[in-house]
Amino acid sequence: MMEKIIFGRYLPSDSVVHQMDPRAKLLFIFIFVGIVFLANNVVTYALLGAFTFLIVFLSKVKLRFLIGGLKPVLLLVLFTFFLHVFFTKEGDVLTQFGFLTIYKGGVIKGIFISLRFLLLIFVTSLLTLTTPPISVTDGIESLFGPLKKIKVPVHELALMMSISLRFIPTLLDETDKIMKAQMARGADFSSGSISDRVKAIIPLLIPLFVSAFKRAEELAVAMEARGYKGGEGRTKYRILRWSMRDTMAMLFLVVLSAALFILRS
Amino acid sequence: MNTIVISIKGVSYQYPEQESLALNNVSLDVYKGEWLAIVGHNGSGKSTLAKMLNGLHYPSKGTVMIGGYALNEENVWSIREKLGMVFQNPDNQFVGTTVQDDVAFGLENNGVEHGVMQERVFASLEKVGMTAFLNQEPHHLSGGQKQRVAIAGVIALRPDIILLDEATSMLDPLGREEVMNTVRELNEKEGLTVISITHDLEEAAKADRVIVLNEGRLYTEGTPQSIFQLDRELLNLGLGVPFAVQMSQLLADAGLQLSQRHFNEEELVSELWTLNFKM
Repeated sequence: MMEKIIFGRYLPSDSVVHQMDPRAKLLFIFIFVGIVFLANNVVTYALLGAFTFLIVFLSKVKLRFLIGGLKPVLLLVLFTFFLHVFFTKEGDVLTQFGFLTIYKGGVIKGIFISLRFLLLIFVTSLLTLTTPPISVTDGIESLFGPLKKIKVPVHELALMMSISLRFIPTLLDETDKIMKAQMARGADFSSGSISDRVKAIIPLLIPLFVSAFKRAEELAVAMEARGYKGGEGRTKYRILRWSMRDTMAMLFLVVLSAALFILRS
Repeated sequence: MNTIVISIKGVSYQYPEQESLALNNVSLDVYKGEWLAIVGHNGSGKSTLAKMLNGLHYPSKGTVMIGGYALNEENVWSIREKLGMVFQNPDNQFVGTTVQDDVAFGLENNGVEHGVMQERVFASLEKVGMTAFLNQEPHHLSGGQKQRVAIAGVIALRPDIILLDEATSMLDPLGREEVMNTVRELNEKEGLTVISITHDLEEAAKADRVIVLNEGRLYTEGTPQSIFQLDRELLNLGLGVPFAVQMSQLLADAGLQLSQRHFNEEELVSELWTLNFKM
């Protein structure tokens, strides 16, 4: 059942991108999402595209994994593309079908926006493909650390995230078990109208919820017995190391932003 | 051997909104380095007692002293460093995303430095024979392996006492043996005091001393041999007597002269086949 899930699918490797500090990768993505919006002409988009492919190349992730990750959002990309094609009224008229007039400006804008989408999806899915989920959690905890001063429970949120990640397979197994148990009692999950199928999920969800709460309670007791008393005075087993390559990546990004600023029209 | 590590005096406990006492005037001592089994059927108060030893409940009456600390809210964290606990469900006590993260969890909670932490994680995984699984995720481990990781997580904190609360009841026979052997080794080699709370008398048979709880009261205590002599009485308490003990009872009823009630199949067999030897 685990194999079907794409979210957080990590591909182990020893590439430069894999070895980067998760904080650097997270910062990189935050900034990248910002500067993608700077691009507004062919040169800047070409630059961004080349840059993205350079990272993909460095990460040694096979292109087909990235393209596989695109599938669920492809519809959204096409939708935005046609929205711009049909509703932007700029530049020369290209063709006309009945009441629909297609302008050159609309087509260009549609392509640019779709490209922007694709680049963002590539780069963000690279994060999950090259970073184990637990490192992403560590990175987030460390980056948001300063928020503790304004009483944001950063440590607790990060712990919640890592416990959820740890329990995903356990709960999936359990779902599988309950499903089989209910099927043995005559439940039917795979036929009938949509409303029948939705109703069929109820005898699956209720036992699952009950057991999840039970687990949570036992886990809380076990954590307390093992001396968990909140984030204060706690040390960390996993240590994040910011190295030269992370600084280099950041510098690289600054150069790219500057180039985009100069080249945009 | 005779230093007292835990001393419980006249302890009673009542769950809120319940009329009967879960524990009723229980007094007992635990000695350093021994293996003590506490047995009783469901509702005998053995789990309540386990939770009390770890400060998850406080006694309504009486006193509990653990490793020189009196159990109260002030000392509870020091007590948890002295006494580690392994629970029943292998899945619901695994906090980390991988084996080494889970073993480190208790160390992180206690603010142990990173270098020391790494050493202790490796050392304790070595003691339970799980070093090959350092980066394994919990759903790839068997129940017995998960319980061994839980034990490693406990001993990484260097406690004096390890408390097993039905720790083998959800495991298959193989996993049960794995865990019991690990605990035996820690008990013998490291001198760790073991308290095992169980309703499985075969597990209790491995202990140095057995305490039987019934309806919140201390029913009796003694060596496994002397406890198993009570066989009929134990059945009345809802405890299953091990096969070898039942068998010796039946053989004795049939008129066979056995030297004692055996609680171990091997011993029974070796007495049986040498029974008619006349030397």
